[in-house]
Amino acid sequence: MKKIRIGSGAGYAGDRLEPSLELIEKGKLDYIAYECLAERTIAIAQLAKLKDPSKGYNPLLEYRMNEALPLAFKHKVKIITNMGAANPVAALELVANIAKEKGIKGIKIAAVFGDDVFPKLDKYKDATVWETGKTLAELNGELVSANAYLGAEGIVKALQDGADVVITGRVSDPAIFIAPLIYEFGWKMDDWDKLGKATLVGHLLECAGQVTGGYYGDPGKKDIPEPWNLGFPLAEVNENGDAFISKVPGSGGIVSEASCKEQLLYEIHDPSGYITPDCVADFSRVHFEQAGKDVVNVYGASGKAHTDFFKVSIGYKDGFIGEGEMSYGGPNCISRAMLAREIVDKRLKIRKLEYDELRTDIIGVDSLYRNSTSPLASQPSEVRLYAAARCKTREEAAKIGNEVETLYTNGPAGGGGATARVSEIISVASILVPRQDVKPELVVKELK
Amino acid sequence: MKLWEIAHSRTGDKGNISNISLIVYKKEDYDMVRAKVTAQVVKRHFKDIVKGDVARYELPGLGALNFVMQDALGGGVTRSLAMDKHGKCLSSYLLEIEI
Repeated sequence: MKKIRIGSGAGYAGDRLEPSLELIEKGKLDYIAYECLAERTIAIAQLAKLKDPSKGYNPLLEYRMNEALPLAFKHKVKIITNMGAANPVAALELVANIAKEKGIKGIKIAAVFGDDVFPKLDKYKDATVWETGKTLAELNGELVSANAYLGAEGIVKALQDGADVVITGRVSDPAIFIAPLIYEFGWKMDDWDKLGKATLVGHLLECAGQVTGGYYGDPGKKDIPEPWNLGFPLAEVNENGDAFISKVPGSGGIVSEASCKEQLLYEIHDPSGYITPDCVADFSRVHFEQAGKDVVNVYGASGKAHTDFFKVSIGYKDGFIGEGEMSYGGPNCISRAMLAREIVDKRLKIRKLEYDELRTDIIGVDSLYRNSTSPLASQPSEVRLYAAARCKTREEAAKIGNEVETLYTNGPAGGGGATARVSEIISVASILVPRQDVKPELVVKELK
Repeated sequence: MKLWEIAHSRTGDKGNISNISLIVYKKEDYDMVRAKVTAQVVKRHFKDIVKGDVARYELPGLGALNFVMQDALGGGVTRSLAMDKHGKCLSSYLLEIEI
């Protein structure tokens, strides 16, 4: 029975590079897919593209491809990635230049796009925004981007055209893993059960180290060998869609039933109805079975037809966050930090700060769980005041950090390490648009 | 005993919604955890953090529960004023529940 081996090269935009190189070299892979595009990343990439039309792709694309491309070419591993972000065509040109510099000949590089629906956003003025419950027309703030989550279709076409490297804009995270399976096994785009199984493979791989013992360790409870050498996962998938999840022998981390379960339930909400562009996947009857050291057999996913819509993420400017921090240590440090908090609160009132929301925390006491936690069993030896506010203008937001800083000469004894920061908020609003409105587009470049 | 003794957990976020899994180490603990850690118990435990409803999905085959908490992240990762904007640390707080 035919089997395909797919590795996961990155689980987020800034992920480690070495584990993906190890996979390409030693994983006997057919494909490696790099998932590098979070919900808001594409809006930020769009702003970069507005400043410089040759930019707007993942800032680490060049760093990654300088290393990964020659290695993948040598080992005959195809690369699929959403590092194209807001500008897959510019990313294609960059990768083509890297290939030329490295003397790589006889490869095809594809860019998949069509996800950008910003120019036709006027059509959807009356669409309901999930986050606000109001129409898109009522959204406050300058809109900067709008991208549909496409499925595997465009990537499958690129592979059918012979692409060795496929660079996409916004597609669903699992799609970059689903597409090679559809292409290699000749699955139909409406074989929902197969797509459900492929979605499971993609979902387990898309966060890279999160299924191989990354984001998992808890000393004494869940001990992980050599997390500094964490191996990234690979899946060996057969034409029925069943898979073995593993990693390169000798790398750090673990692959166990428990590590797979944590990743299975990650961000999926209803396990029996995980909605993706390619299908509605059902993970409720998935089984994991340890098949060897760091090898887990996974089966039992299924799927139903996809919906008639694509989800579109709209990026918009949503004001500014101002922040300030100051540390206190030694005897009575919590009381001094609480006095500092009271001073900052009162000062911001006196200065009539205009804000949408203001929050002050004491790191070490109540920054994560507010007042929910039980009283402290022992006094920490140091704490840190954290003040933040969301404001309409940069000038207002700057007042928070300034007021925290003035604690140096006006506040409680022994405060140190003040920091202040203002950042612009790019928020995301989600709407649904009819599926037929959005079609993937494709450019393929051959280097002879 | 804290849940931490017998179960592990991971948090993920989508917009202003927090998704927390709860997975028992040993299958024999599943029925007890399922009986005790209801959606209401979790909603009460997170009362100062989660403003919306809590739904629970059961996965007996895996020995796991999946909690979906609405209006849980101060507006979501882009605009929340929390240090932990994703609510990633909420999984550890779930494991604080005494059973």
